[in-house]
Amino acid sequence: MSLPVTSSDLAKRLESLQKRKGNSVEMAAIVEVVESVMASMEGDLSTVNLKLYAELESLARYIADAKEEIAALRPDDIRDEHLPTATDELEAIVGATEQATNAILEAVETIEGATGSMTPEVAAPVTDAVTRVYEACNFQDITGQRITKIVKALQHIETKVDALLSAFGEELEEQRKARQVAKAAEKPSKDGNLLNGPQLPDEATKQEDIDALLASFD
Amino acid sequence: MSVDMNMPILIVDDYKTMLRIIRNLLKQLGFNNVDEATDGSTALHKLRDKGYGLVISDWNMEPMTGLQLLREVRADTRLKELPFIMITAESKTENVIAAKEAGVSNYIVKPFNAATLKQKLSSIIGNF
Repeated sequence: MSLPVTSSDLAKRLESLQKRKGNSVEMAAIVEVVESVMASMEGDLSTVNLKLYAELESLARYIADAKEEIAALRPDDIRDEHLPTATDELEAIVGATEQATNAILEAVETIEGATGSMTPEVAAPVTDAVTRVYEACNFQDITGQRITKIVKALQHIETKVDALLSAFGEELEEQRKARQVAKAAEKPSKDGNLLNGPQLPDEATKQEDIDALLASFD
Repeated sequence: MSVDMNMPILIVDDYKTMLRIIRNLLKQLGFNNVDEATDGSTALHKLRDKGYGLVISDWNMEPMTGLQLLREVRADTRLKELPFIMITAESKTENVIAAKEAGVSNYIVKPFNAATLKQKLSSIIGNF
């Protein structure tokens, strides 16, 4: 957006114009016209106003850029896919460590139960070792509590992402649809796409099913 | 005064693994009369129904926390003198102060070992 010119600027330009074009145009008439135009603009487009418009334009551009960047983060994917997956995986860790800890405890309880039939010289160090295993198994509780804190943090993030999605709902929805179309057009997965790590217990394929699947090739 | 090794002890924790560990450690120390609760409300009912000699409770439980359980115990005329040990991962100074103000007998920070458990028990019920 160009800044307004003053009357003296106009006079100089018109003088230059006169030098090039001669007196075919009455200079006084032109000045009168220009000044009249400038005077009519002052009420609506003062220098301050124009600066304000420029600032607003810049702000609008900044907001549009920010929206594009936020959309590029794919907050809908974060809410619908990444956060629930992360929460499920963390809960699976708690479940697996609890199961493993109980198995360890059961085993050492059996060992401890057998100390009654050992000589005191043998039983003493075995009991000490069993005690150390009990102490070490504290980790499961601590791990569980730490993971619970992380899950709560993720839930907090989910709330914030939800608010973001509400604010940019329509635009993000359009982008999401476009991505779905692009994804559907993707070629079948390559080897890299087969690396998904351990499955969650409820979703995991059982060994018997795998055996049956393998047998079906024979 | 000798310690009654057969006194009933109530351990309270929402992690069953933790209950198992504490029970086993108490058993190693010679205490076999150990009962369990997985939340504060159940613990309070058990405490009011049966005469326990000691409570060992976790703090971080829902809906009733270990601290709330402690306050309920101290507010109950029949239970207010009951020895109460808090075993918790909450190790901030303000937690310890809050527990002390609520009337906790001793405080053990997780993860803990058998020696610490024995030491804290001895400080409350005497050497065994």
